[in-house]
Amino acid sequence: MLTPADLGALFLTFKVASIATLLMLLLGTPLAWWLARTHSSWKGIINAVVALPLVLPPTVLGFYLLVMMGPAGAIGKFTSWLGLGTLPFTFPGLVIASVLYSLPFVVQPLQASFSAIGEQPLEAAATLRAGPLDTFFSVVAPLAKPGFMTAAILGFAHTVGEFGVVLMVGGNIPDKTRVVSVQIYNHVEALEYTEAHWLAGGLLLFSFSVLLVLYTALKTHPVAHPLK
Amino acid sequence: MTSIQARFQLDYGDFKLDVDLQLPGAGITVLFGHSGSGKTTLLRCIAGLQHAPLGKLEINGNIWQDSENGLFLPTHKRPLGYVFQEANLFPHLTVRDNLHYGLKRIKQNPGAVKLEQTVELLGIGQLMERLPERLSGGERQRVAIARALALNPEILLMDEPLASLDSKRKQEILPFLSRLHQQLDIPVLYVTHSQQEVAQLADTLVIMENGRALASGPLSETQSRLDVPLAQDREAATVWSATVAEHEIEYHLTRVAFAGGSLSLPMVDAPVDTPLRVQIYARDVSIALEAPTATSILNVLPATISGIADGRDGQSVIRLQVGDQALLAHITRKSALLLGLQIGMTVYVQIKGTSILN
Repeated sequence: MLTPADLGALFLTFKVASIATLLMLLLGTPLAWWLARTHSSWKGIINAVVALPLVLPPTVLGFYLLVMMGPAGAIGKFTSWLGLGTLPFTFPGLVIASVLYSLPFVVQPLQASFSAIGEQPLEAAATLRAGPLDTFFSVVAPLAKPGFMTAAILGFAHTVGEFGVVLMVGGNIPDKTRVVSVQIYNHVEALEYTEAHWLAGGLLLFSFSVLLVLYTALKTHPVAHPLK
Repeated sequence: MTSIQARFQLDYGDFKLDVDLQLPGAGITVLFGHSGSGKTTLLRCIAGLQHAPLGKLEINGNIWQDSENGLFLPTHKRPLGYVFQEANLFPHLTVRDNLHYGLKRIKQNPGAVKLEQTVELLGIGQLMERLPERLSGGERQRVAIARALALNPEILLMDEPLASLDSKRKQEILPFLSRLHQQLDIPVLYVTHSQQEVAQLADTLVIMENGRALASGPLSETQSRLDVPLAQDREAATVWSATVAEHEIEYHLTRVAFAGGSLSLPMVDAPVDTPLRVQIYARDVSIALEAPTATSILNVLPATISGIADGRDGQSVIRLQVGDQALLAHITRKSALLLGLQIGMTVYVQIKGTSILN
């Protein structure tokens, strides 16, 4: 069964994923809204940057983050100047890395559902005295609800499933940065296959359930078209 | 009474809008033209949905746009009602919530009575709890009109509200629009490419072509202008506003009065003083130099010729003034020549047929 170290890793994983998901929704919503509506020539570049973690080996992203957040990196110098020390091998560092790594899984469904809403409901709202922010909360948000659900679920699940970035940026510190995927790796390294089975099976079941919910209950396609 | 002044210039390269219009502050003004004539763009500029870089817009003494002084009131701050071509209801809200969406957001709530009247006028009382997807196209458009009217706007803008409906649904909505016409005391700007809707609804007509207003003015006067293509059309007609004056029951006739005369029509089932719109096709009007003494045609009226132009296929298009109303006649060029018709001549028009539009 699960050891106390396993339980600690599980708890930490869900903590990281919850906080990261919240941050991704806060950050990803305005970003996706801008991407869905802008005609700016920056759109292509920003789209590419956001989507980069989809194709980049996690170790590459982790490596650059490690360097940048380290004492000699730009982010590291800034956080030191703020008196916060450096971020690698800390919980906040882990959350920041997770946000960057999973952001496309939140931005893309949101962007697709915002685009699908189109101009018409926004114009109707404007002729009915609703300002832009009012329109977002009273028309866009309810119409994009499936997109938000998909974004939150995918963002959360993808953060739970990360390994490479965590290992590079967070390391392997019990109860601080050791998440489930790293714990499984530890078990396998120590030839503790039974323990590894429990955790790995658990993650498999979790991931499958998440996708099952997405494809059946929400009847959405995770990335392409969150709205029918 | 001019209370709408709209001047816009906008250049999209392949399309230019350049209009300067003074429109009345009451009744229905129809913006008529083919697709691509700029009528919808003009309406969207008035609503602020499109921002013409050069423009001045004044409604009822309030300035909504003045590009010289960098003033542009965003759409949500303009006290207007807008009806889109597709009803454009919020799909996540019931009819009731769609109707209340704007009401919740205005400072001076016109109150439940106004909403109730609007709901009754448009006959949507039994639809209140439905979602838009469970409505027919015609019902949806009626809800959209009610949603715009419920706000008690200072002006109602309608962008081809019937264009997406089949002819059966159109006939279902037109009576509501006619009723609106009689009960509404705010100006309505109505975009359409349908001559039928012009005839049924317009008090003032603006003819748009290639981003410009070719002509603008009271309906029969504008319909009969010889310098716009409408007067040449095979279906060319003028529409007169009249009221029921008396019924001649023994002859099954109704006499209707208009400014400067009266007409006999087949019996109309409406009380005296009911306003009517009478359409007279140019092909149904003939001209005589003297008052015909023996004729079966009942409607013979003195008229003054105010314009003559060549029509298609050997025809002449004659514009006449009958009392305060303008009238078009299509006659053969040979007749025009034999009668020696000249501008300023007093003649008699014989009207062979009329139709009542409401």
